[in-house]
Amino acid sequence: MGPGAQSERVDAAGALRDAALTGLIAFALFLPLIGFLTAVNIGNDLILTTRWPLLAVFVAITAAGRFVYVFALLPWLARRAQRPVPAEPPAWRGYVANWFVPCAIAFVVVYPLFIFFTLGSGGGQKWIDNFGIQILIYVMLGWGLNIVVGLAGLLDLGYVAFYAVGAYSYALLAKTFGLGFWVLLPLAGILSSFWGILLGFPVLRLRGDYLAIVTLAFGEIIRLVLINWVALTNGYAGIIGIPRPTFFGMPFDASDHGFAAVFGLQFSPLYRIIFLYYVILALALLTCFVTVRLRRLPIGRAWEALREDEIACRSLGINTTNTKLTAFAMGAMFAGFAGSFFAAREAFISPESFTFIESATILAIVVLGGMGSQIGVVIAAIVMIGGSELLRQLDFLKDIFGPTFDPTQYRMLLFGLAMVLIMVWRPRGLIATRAPLVFLKGRKTISADPVKERHATEGLG
Amino acid sequence: MEYFVQQLINGITLGSIYGLIAIGYTMVFGIIGMVNFAHGDVFMVSAFIALIAFLILTTWLGITSIALALFIVLLVAMTFTSLINWVIERVAYRPLRGSFRLAPLISAIGMSIFLSNFVQVAQGPRNKSIPPMVQGEFVLFNQNNFAVTLSYKQLIIWSVTAVLLLAFWYLVTKTRLGRAQRACEQDQKMAALVGIDVDRTISMTFVIAAALAAVAGTMYLMYYGVVSFSDGFVPGVKAFTAAVLGGIGSLPGAVVGGLLIGLIETFWSAYFSIDYKDVAAFSVLAITLIFLPQGLFGRPDVEKV
Repeated sequence: MGPGAQSERVDAAGALRDAALTGLIAFALFLPLIGFLTAVNIGNDLILTTRWPLLAVFVAITAAGRFVYVFALLPWLARRAQRPVPAEPPAWRGYVANWFVPCAIAFVVVYPLFIFFTLGSGGGQKWIDNFGIQILIYVMLGWGLNIVVGLAGLLDLGYVAFYAVGAYSYALLAKTFGLGFWVLLPLAGILSSFWGILLGFPVLRLRGDYLAIVTLAFGEIIRLVLINWVALTNGYAGIIGIPRPTFFGMPFDASDHGFAAVFGLQFSPLYRIIFLYYVILALALLTCFVTVRLRRLPIGRAWEALREDEIACRSLGINTTNTKLTAFAMGAMFAGFAGSFFAAREAFISPESFTFIESATILAIVVLGGMGSQIGVVIAAIVMIGGSELLRQLDFLKDIFGPTFDPTQYRMLLFGLAMVLIMVWRPRGLIATRAPLVFLKGRKTISADPVKERHATEGLG
Repeated sequence: MEYFVQQLINGITLGSIYGLIAIGYTMVFGIIGMVNFAHGDVFMVSAFIALIAFLILTTWLGITSIALALFIVLLVAMTFTSLINWVIERVAYRPLRGSFRLAPLISAIGMSIFLSNFVQVAQGPRNKSIPPMVQGEFVLFNQNNFAVTLSYKQLIIWSVTAVLLLAFWYLVTKTRLGRAQRACEQDQKMAALVGIDVDRTISMTFVIAAALAAVAGTMYLMYYGVVSFSDGFVPGVKAFTAAVLGGIGSLPGAVVGGLLIGLIETFWSAYFSIDYKDVAAFSVLAITLIFLPQGLFGRPDVEKV
């Protein structure tokens, strides 16, 4: 930003000057929205109060951050860039890479049982439901969207529409025709993938930003229809009393033919939660498995070729129409599965659950994890969804900032900030994989930087 | 007839606001080829700045002249919003120039989420409403017991928009900065070779875009008298629709597109269904992009190897 950014050795005076300038800008930047607070008083009038101390804190933090950045961080980064890179990665990396996935799967399989036996049915619910199931839903959605965004390179901002289609398909069909969860799960997936194809058709010719905006429009249209078509969807009020899934016909309730009674266990709502956990775990692993296998099939390779260069793809005789539509359909199908699971888990759905923010969250998970990386999605989902659940639990912050402090309202704020920072820091996401799947003799590492991705302006001229 | 004329007046008013925001989208897209997703939220932030400036002027400084207050509010909102957009470009978009195609868009989406939630946290989630700034109206004509009116608010919006568009047109076509902008739009490398400071030109583009969005924000606040942290998204998408409809990259197109979207939305609400008015705007976006991607005034996007 300032003059210090270019030179390697920065004197303290220069850094201070830079920090002072940044502080000045920060003062002007935060003056209106932090310096003043508009509040509604008892008479329903807007009144204005000032928050000078808070403004001072913001300015001080910004200036101090700038000082540290210019004075310490930049020279350190410059020194680090000059250090020679070790040719061979250390040996432990190989062990971690080999054992990480089996260990992780073993962990998630044992996790609910471990929680159940250590915390019992009272305290365990929070850990399995809020952390386990919630994160797994987003992992699954992330993996589904990863097919569209990460593999095929089609930026879809309306992914939540397919999630909504799945959820409403399950809810309406189950309530109207009394069909069970296991019949409707594949049906919801099929219906969603039909919608994926339906919405995919018109946007085939569009690329990049335009595609993103049209999918956003489609997502919003579906949500607005769900809100306004009250006769079918009950509008804002949503659908209540959606049937819960059963375990081979045994409901998870306190009745005589319920799950607990049949197995001679004492009734606990936790059994259903553990069951749901394993259902979503199986669905998520299915998504991952299918994606990993598809990547090795011609269609998966066509997706990745499409992501890298559409014109080259067409020149090589790849049918881009089919390639794009299958990507949309596959992505939408998994969203449909996740949607019907969501409806069955909550037993209540309303259009509020399917806003643009939800699409952006799923996209953020895919992008932050590293587009195309399966592990990256898991890490990003744990950090972002687990992190926002943790924010809910941070009661000690209330002791610091006062009783009105609500950490959860910072969730989306941090989301947005994380998206910007990760893009600036590592545009390819946390785990950037561009490992070639096809090779002649040995696996060679290639740069994570894109081979050829022009900026859109160059295409305009 | 009288109902139609009234809706026409309302539609043009709404369209002026959309047009002002749409210019921001179209300019930024023209010069760096990115959809500035956060632009709608910049507009929302500007409405909040205008709200705070208005409250300071009327309740603390006791300015009673509405014309003076409105003028100062406009200047304050334009200044601060420009600064905010300048910083946003510096922090969130400039490091990504030359990165892969979708990176700036994703960064902009993050910025959009950040801005709306920042305002929510900083100013609270409730709607902020102010007493009407300007009251009164002209009765144009009276027919079948239906008075067609043009309120002072609408007249102010029309004239402010017209004056600013003229100033903006002068800036782009007659000044050094405008020439530099058009040069960067055509070829950034070549522009740099002939001595144009490309970075500075792009920064100024963001500043101008924000200033126009701030005008729209102030007008929005004056017209509706209420603003909330979530008010950026839908007007933002509609203004983007306007920019696409007019042909993205084309400045007159953005204004025409804005007016068209304003009219479509108003007439749709008036004659069909007010519940589905957003669906109408979003459908226009989808249909335009699918059947007329270059818009009304745009150049076709030629794909080159």
